[in-house]
Amino acid sequence: MFGRVGVMLVKELLQLRRDRTAMMRLIIPLVVQMLMFGYAATFTVHHVPTTVLDLDRSAPSRGLVSHFVASGRFDVVDEAQSQSQLQSDIDHNVAVVGIVIHAGFARDLGSGKTAPLQVVVDGTNSNTALIALGYVNQIVAQFSAEEVAALARQAAGAARAPSGVTLQVVPWFNPGLEDTWFFIPGIIGSLTLMQVVSLTAFAIVREREVGTLEQILVSPIRSVEFILGKTVPFFLIGLADIALVCAIGILWFKVPFIGDPAVLLAGSALFLLAVVGMGLLLSTYSHTQQQAFALNFFFVNPFFILSGFAFPIAAMPKVLQWFTLINPLRYFLIVIRAVFLKGVGFSVLWPDLAAMAALALVMLAVSVSRFRASMSS
Amino acid sequence: MSANAAPTIRVSGLTKRFGAVHAVRGIDFEVSAGEIFGLVGPDGAGKTTTMRMLAGVLRPDAGTLSIDGIDVARDPEKAKLHLSYMPQRFGLYEDLTVGENVFFYAELFAVPRRERVARSAELLHAAGLEGFERRLAGQLSGGMKQKLGLVCALIHTPRVLLLDEPTTGVDPVSRRDFWAILYRLRESGVSIVMATAYMDEAERCSRLALFHSGEVRHCDTPARLKAAMPGALLAVHAAQPRAVHRALAGLPGVLGALLMGDRVHVRVDDAARRVPELETALRTAGIADARIDPAAPGIEDVFVALLGTPAG
Ligand SMILES: Nc1ncnc2c1ncn2[C@@H]1O[C@H](COP(=O)(O)OP(=O)(O)OP(=O)(O)O)[C@@H](O)[C@H]1O
Ligand SMILES: [Mg+2]
Repeated sequence: MFGRVGVMLVKELLQLRRDRTAMMRLIIPLVVQMLMFGYAATFTVHHVPTTVLDLDRSAPSRGLVSHFVASGRFDVVDEAQSQSQLQSDIDHNVAVVGIVIHAGFARDLGSGKTAPLQVVVDGTNSNTALIALGYVNQIVAQFSAEEVAALARQAAGAARAPSGVTLQVVPWFNPGLEDTWFFIPGIIGSLTLMQVVSLTAFAIVREREVGTLEQILVSPIRSVEFILGKTVPFFLIGLADIALVCAIGILWFKVPFIGDPAVLLAGSALFLLAVVGMGLLLSTYSHTQQQAFALNFFFVNPFFILSGFAFPIAAMPKVLQWFTLINPLRYFLIVIRAVFLKGVGFSVLWPDLAAMAALALVMLAVSVSRFRASMSS
Repeated sequence: MSANAAPTIRVSGLTKRFGAVHAVRGIDFEVSAGEIFGLVGPDGAGKTTTMRMLAGVLRPDAGTLSIDGIDVARDPEKAKLHLSYMPQRFGLYEDLTVGENVFFYAELFAVPRRERVARSAELLHAAGLEGFERRLAGQLSGGMKQKLGLVCALIHTPRVLLLDEPTTGVDPVSRRDFWAILYRLRESGVSIVMATAYMDEAERCSRLALFHSGEVRHCDTPARLKAAMPGALLAVHAAQPRAVHRALAGLPGVLGALLMGDRVHVRVDDAARRVPELETALRTAGIADARIDPAAPGIEDVFVALLGTPAG
């Protein structure tokens, strides 16, 4: 048995060696996409174009505006003179955020009353709007805390010192809430999924299309041996992919890796078995490379979207949440993020590892039996 | 072909359906060691389907087939050790060299190293592919690719060789090499089953099975098939064979008329009685240069006579 698997492997290696562009095709897109994603996939918003309508024109109102500018999150692109001018700035995409400081802002603040402040955001890009709104809240809260403290200092000696309660949020594992740390491990899993599924499916469908599959099937090789010979190289390529993009994440994007590499290796191996099984399964439904391409496109994108890579699974409708249960990427993302950022081990991650193992087993078993059946039609 | 040797291939009641298409309908035949058994018949007659079942890549719906006493459907792995199948389009790895392709197929069949080296040198020589070992298979001509396919198919010394239209699109020189190899195999007792669309190749087979709509309508040696052809064959030579065909087809006593390039083969029930009638008909049609001679039937004539349609 090993003999014939070995023969297949030698053949695959010979073909890979002959293919001068293989290395380029395998590595360059991966590295480029990793770098692109690494920079582009972020929810941090900087320099949001902002228009300000200051109807109070007081020292505190100017102080508030300078807080906005100093944060680096907002750029004041226009100082509007009226509500309608502010409206038009947003309508014409000059600004995304409009801040209206009403007359009496300084007076109310001085007397300890609630000072009115109006914020208008362009909701057409709800992502940016929500994030910007979050910053507005943060900055305003900080500003009012400072003002309250200043008031308290002025009122020193008086019996009634304002006692404020501040809520302190401390994010664990990612103290700076750096979303690069969150995304990079996700990108590693997603890129590997896309590359390995398509490589595996295409390699097998190609043999079917060229006619070499029929030729091999008349030899005494068993279907399991053929499948092993065809998939082991892609399993190894997948491991190399993961190692390469992990290295970029750690060395280039400085994502901390505090976990145990052995846990990541185990997770990667199980994930790749499931992914290779998926490629194999797609290949049994495709007679031509075009069909494989269409199927690959149809399946890989949903797996990516429904993985928790960017959109939280808990926020999805129930039906889609159930679907994520058969998505190996979902489990791998949990494992890789946990290993990178939390440093937890087998004792915590075993359910996710077991889920991937079960998925791998089912996909491989189904595709091997479908492959066998496809031989006799 | 000695009568006492047990046949290498036995097929009985072999049947295969693809949905509504009844591709093979309960066929029977036997092939002995050292025979070249030809499958001929029009497109879609079921030749390839039969071959694929013999090769163990397609499971029959009904019937039995055995190779060297091994039931192919029950024990395909064991049967595959003894047979070799060259599909209509042999699957070569075009990104591997000639030598690497041969090496790969030899290893798949676990051919010992020493034997592999000797045999591949011998086969490549016979196929006229000597010196091309380092050429990529994808860069060979069509004929060379087919011959390389044959070399790969023969590297493990099969007892049964299945060839599906192996010389279609192959130049005459390569076809000669091809046949030289087949004759040598036959001498050494290999059973060869080949589907062919070329009538000259059909003539060279030991026996022929005439396929039509999934059935074997006739099965015999080429000589006996010709002898069994009803009627007598006449060749009519003329400058305008098409006009001759038009003038003669459908006349009383004419069983069939087949355009053969520069002449027309006319099959009649009784030559002595019909020749004068044909001459009259030709004169009436204004064809003055026609010459009628008795002709020896080729396989194609037999085919048309027996099946009512041209082969291949
Ligand atoms: N895999 C398949 N699925 C469905 N129908 C098939 C399949 N293979 C063959 N057929 C049908 O079975 C019939 C016999 O086809 P087969 O290929 O055996 O003919 P053939 O004699 O080899 O023809 P040709 O001379 O064109 O090669 C045809 O009608 C064909 O359409
Ligand atoms: Mg055919």
